Amino acid sequence: MTDPSARLTVSRLGCERDDRMLFQDLAFNARAGEIWQITGANGAGKTTLLRILVGLHGFYQGQVRWSRPLAPDLLYLGHDAGIREELSARENLQFSRALSGQSGDLDAALAAVDLYGFEDVPAGRLSAGQRRRIALARLWLGGKSVWVLDEPYTAIDQAGVAKLDARLREAAGAGVLILYTSHHRVGDGVRQLRLGAAGEGR
Amino acid sequence: MSGVWRASLRRELTLIWRAPADVIQPLFFFVVVVSLFPLGLSPEPELLALVAPGVVWVAALLAVMLSLDGLFRRDQESGALDQMLSAPVMTVVPVSAKLLAHWLLTGLPLALVAPLLGYMMQLPASVLDTLALSVLLGTPTLTVVGAIGAALTVGLNRGGILLAVLVLPLYVPVLVFGAGVVRTALDGLPTDGLLAVLGAILALALSLGPLAVALGLRISAGD
Amino acid sequence: MWKTLTRWYHQLSSPRYFYRFASAVLPWLMPIAVLVLLTGLVWGLVFAPVERYQGNSYRIIFIHVPASSGALMGYIAMGVAGLIALVWRLKMAEVMLKAMAPFGAVLATVSLATGALWGKPTWGTYWQWDARMTSMLILLFLYLGIIALQSAIRDPRQAARAASLLAVVGVINVVIVKYSVEWLNTLHQGATLKLVGESSINDAMKWPLLISMLGLWLLYAANVLMRARTEVLNRERRSGWVATLLAPGAKE
Repeated sequence: MTDPSARLTVSRLGCERDDRMLFQDLAFNARAGEIWQITGANGAGKTTLLRILVGLHGFYQGQVRWSRPLAPDLLYLGHDAGIREELSARENLQFSRALSGQSGDLDAALAAVDLYGFEDVPAGRLSAGQRRRIALARLWLGGKSVWVLDEPYTAIDQAGVAKLDARLREAAGAGVLILYTSHHRVGDGVRQLRLGAAGEGR
Repeated sequence: MSGVWRASLRRELTLIWRAPADVIQPLFFFVVVVSLFPLGLSPEPELLALVAPGVVWVAALLAVMLSLDGLFRRDQESGALDQMLSAPVMTVVPVSAKLLAHWLLTGLPLALVAPLLGYMMQLPASVLDTLALSVLLGTPTLTVVGAIGAALTVGLNRGGILLAVLVLPLYVPVLVFGAGVVRTALDGLPTDGLLAVLGAILALALSLGPLAVALGLRISAGD
Repeated sequence: MWKTLTRWYHQLSSPRYFYRFASAVLPWLMPIAVLVLLTGLVWGLVFAPVERYQGNSYRIIFIHVPASSGALMGYIAMGVAGLIALVWRLKMAEVMLKAMAPFGAVLATVSLATGALWGKPTWGTYWQWDARMTSMLILLFLYLGIIALQSAIRDPRQAARAASLLAVVGVINVVIVKYSVEWLNTLHQGATLKLVGESSINDAMKWPLLISMLGLWLLYAANVLMRARTEVLNRERRSGWVATLLAPGAKE
């Protein structure tokens, strides 16, 4: 069961919420360079699973083991993207960058998600898709080897989806482990983990 | 780490600057509540001077507490709080910057306005500086201790009244000594010892409080 | 000795063993607690001699003092349980903390009520802001805060951890509150509710007092065990051992 090459080892993982087993007996090993797509119906526990993996949710059974400490390597994009409406795109990204210890160029990252020209507009005046892009710009700041992304494709247009696909594949090729939730499949070779299909609670 | 702290402080100050209602309203609340007492009690100067220390202090306490209800709420709703909790720096770093920004723009203004309100409550001019000093020393404790309650109630929808129930009993020592300093000054007695007690409580709050706030936020996130 | 202690610790921190332990102890503890408490109370209220200065009214101390000490000790115990729950993430500490709050709040209320009843003949008023009564009032507020916070959070483990943090902060606060209200009372020298003075307490009064105190603490312990046992069942209801336990005709 324990695989020395695995960056993440999950065994017998189960979580209960509001008197309901979200999932139980979940087990998988994830290695550097892999892309994991986590799917499941609404309320199947996708967000909770990601929050458990990154250490935000502590009430679960079973084991979650990262081969090295996760915090310095982690790029986590939550279900709510963490964008404050009062701040501009650049201010938002600047704070995220400082907080996560990334060092890439802000303007280049914002240009990569097509926010060129919108850097100084308060996020509250941008569309939902544009706000999502501010958060996604962190994927272009570099320096992180584990990406945990909760619904990164939400509210993103077609051109943006293609761009994001390319970015995820490029990163995985460079050895980044990516776990994301979405019904959109990045491409071939993506591993799938379906919640609620097997081991459903009573 | 100090880079994160500075970036956090700048962010917090910018946020408050962009939405100043959050800091203007507590100040306004403070002034209005104190102004109600002469109307409700009696405009008689001796009576007002007698109750002034307690009235000003209770109003300051409530103003700080009410201002704290929204301290973490918008960061929690937007997901920014989860970013802070999953960052590679300790949660106290952004949290302490947040507390400092909050105190600079709510607690400090209260301390600056307190002498004016004391004067309106007929306190003699000789004790107004003591009043301001006591509020200056007491409000950071109120901010930090109240923030523990705010952290524990951040995800709950009826946070406001619950926050009051949790936090007001914890405010008792600051109230007793804060108002006590002013009354001691009114009696013409030395106040150094009591100010030192307020300072000691502040030191305790500053050393342990931010850690407790950070832990409270983790608990509220589900850890 | 040490080995036995660590084994006990591990067994009692396992919900299953705790359930067995509590179920074995409770049928004895409860009647013993009631019996001891009744002995102390009857002795104190009926047979103890009349006090020289206060007459019969002093007899309320046989309820007031045990209740006050129980409320305070209970809160400190909650703080300790809270610290253990926070640092070692021990599930049983969370369970104990939750189980301790309601009875503690009741004791604080009893302490305030009996204090008021005692205050009437002693001070001539039911309520005075003296140091003891004020501290007890704040303590009651702190208890109510813990209960309110616990009931506001849906997830039982999250609720327990939140309450743990509040209890730890509360214990530090209780110490400062006590100090501050004592200082407040030196400022305005009022009548202070004194226990029967050291000199005037004689053995005839001391023994029933100690016995009722012991009885109340035992009752507290029994109450906590009872509540904790229910909580354990509720939390572990999905696990195998509870299912076997609740299965018809099961015995453990």
